[in-house]
Amino acid sequence: MAIDVATVKKVASLSRLREADERLESLAGELNGILGWIEQLNEVDVSDAQPMTSAVEVAAPLRNDVVSDGNKVADVVSNAPKTVDGFFVVPKVVE
Amino acid sequence: MSDLTKLTLKAAVDGLKSKQFSSGELTEAFIGAIEAGNPKINAYVLTTFDKAREQAADSDKRIASGEARALEGAPLGIKDLYATKGVRTTACSKILGNFIPPYESTVTQNLWDQGAVMLGKLNMDEFAMGSSNETSYWGAVVNPWKASGSDAELTPGGSSGGSAAAVAADFCLAATASDTGGSIRQPAAFTGTVGIKPTYGRASRFGMVAFASSLDQAGPITKTVEDSAILLQSMCSHDPKDSTSLNIELPDFASFVGKSVKGLRIGIPDEYRLDGIPAEIDALWEQGIKWLQDAGAEIVKISLPHTKYALPTYYIVAPAEASSNLARYDGMRFGHRAEDVTGLTDTYELSRSEGFGKEVKRRIMIGTYVLSAGFYDAYYVKALKVRRRIAEDFTNAFNACDVILTPATPSSAFALGDTAKAADPVQMYLNDVFTVTTNLAGLPGMSVPAGLDSKGLPLGLQVIGKALDEGTVLSIASVLEQAAGFTQKPSKWW
Repeated sequence: MAIDVATVKKVASLSRLREADERLESLAGELNGILGWIEQLNEVDVSDAQPMTSAVEVAAPLRNDVVSDGNKVADVVSNAPKTVDGFFVVPKVVE
Repeated sequence: MSDLTKLTLKAAVDGLKSKQFSSGELTEAFIGAIEAGNPKINAYVLTTFDKAREQAADSDKRIASGEARALEGAPLGIKDLYATKGVRTTACSKILGNFIPPYESTVTQNLWDQGAVMLGKLNMDEFAMGSSNETSYWGAVVNPWKASGSDAELTPGGSSGGSAAAVAADFCLAATASDTGGSIRQPAAFTGTVGIKPTYGRASRFGMVAFASSLDQAGPITKTVEDSAILLQSMCSHDPKDSTSLNIELPDFASFVGKSVKGLRIGIPDEYRLDGIPAEIDALWEQGIKWLQDAGAEIVKISLPHTKYALPTYYIVAPAEASSNLARYDGMRFGHRAEDVTGLTDTYELSRSEGFGKEVKRRIMIGTYVLSAGFYDAYYVKALKVRRRIAEDFTNAFNACDVILTPATPSSAFALGDTAKAADPVQMYLNDVFTVTTNLAGLPGMSVPAGLDSKGLPLGLQVIGKALDEGTVLSIASVLEQAAGFTQKPSKWW
């Protein structure tokens, strides 16, 4: 399944990326090259294989549900592009 | 006094403890070397000399009072992927251009707790996505090695190119690095240095900038196998802050160095004999087999039938995880935010497009595509199933052998600005053909320099071990190191 310019645009938008129009064509070519190369996975019989999501077979560890950290407002906002009084300042979301 | 920067980590730590020189003197020697040579090599993207001098002074006090710890006073370089409290950490991306972490990564905290000294932050491919260090926002690293009779600048490999170049150029005793598909082992092979990626879960990922969480693993790049064992020991630990960190005892890694390998079964996978690989790589592999035979090991033919599917599998799994991990860079809470934009979506899109480089954007888009509705099962789930097959290959092979020997890379270091690789991403990806399988299976893998090719450039051999069996890997690697007698250093031009 080849990726066309419209698909690149859609994927870019899902990725929250904006690509210049003149870059779309070459991006489609690059993505098709990579995905075409990936197609060889179809040769592998995986009918009885369980998906492998982790390299270590251990149960997720549990801990007590208690506060272990916090009260670090200054640290939390210390790298924010814009803050006021310990709050993040973000673009208007609702008109 | 002879040049202190040439010491191994082991020799330096011993020399400090026996007061042959001070950490202050050792640290100043490295500062001098970095100031003189780093402008040409570009291994460090940030130096922290004031901090290094403070730490060295503290170490000298501890040594004087007989309280020296495992790495007391040893100057190290830190890959810019590790969050260092109060010290700029960017993963060599513009999007984190001014990020000052208010916390310390567990791996680096472990090093400071053992008395190590930080010289600075080391260059890498942006978010560790690359095999040539050319995707770094801070510019490429130049390999200290050059082909004989040529002045062309070569890549040190990637993504840990800064770590490998800094160790090769004697800009630090040893360095931290990280490996998602070969990012420790390929640069080590390209620079005549030693690198090990331990079993997934040995080292904490807390405070490492995330690329592909199920594959990322910390490890050292060093001058010798013994140094790798020493640094690995301090880097690894169980950490409640990383849910995949293993809660098991660490063996004494250094005790495996120099141990007899007599009777060990060495697996040689037929599938690693690729078409189009230089004859020199094959010859080096044969030489490695001979060295291990001479040391009393038994050679066993094994089969890893799904090897050729490892890279395509990786290029689904890693971008999928990356697209999710990198969603956090939205320009709101930290990192770059586009200016003069008002709408929310516009701010997201422009901040990310300005902040991420070309390769990172390409991988985010691949990841988004393979996870998107209608393609999730065909690509992502399929890749996870093939990943299972690749892991099973190793399980089966390890019934017949104790450890596996392969080449580390399909070539020696290539030129910076290689146009064929720049034009075709898949050509660049093929660099990791021998290394990526162990990331998918979560196994330990180590690269040891084993000789020079006809161009006078280093080549490495790779040792792959069973899960949690770094010990045997280190024993085999140290036999190879002894047999190869690799003592060559790049001739100094920087």
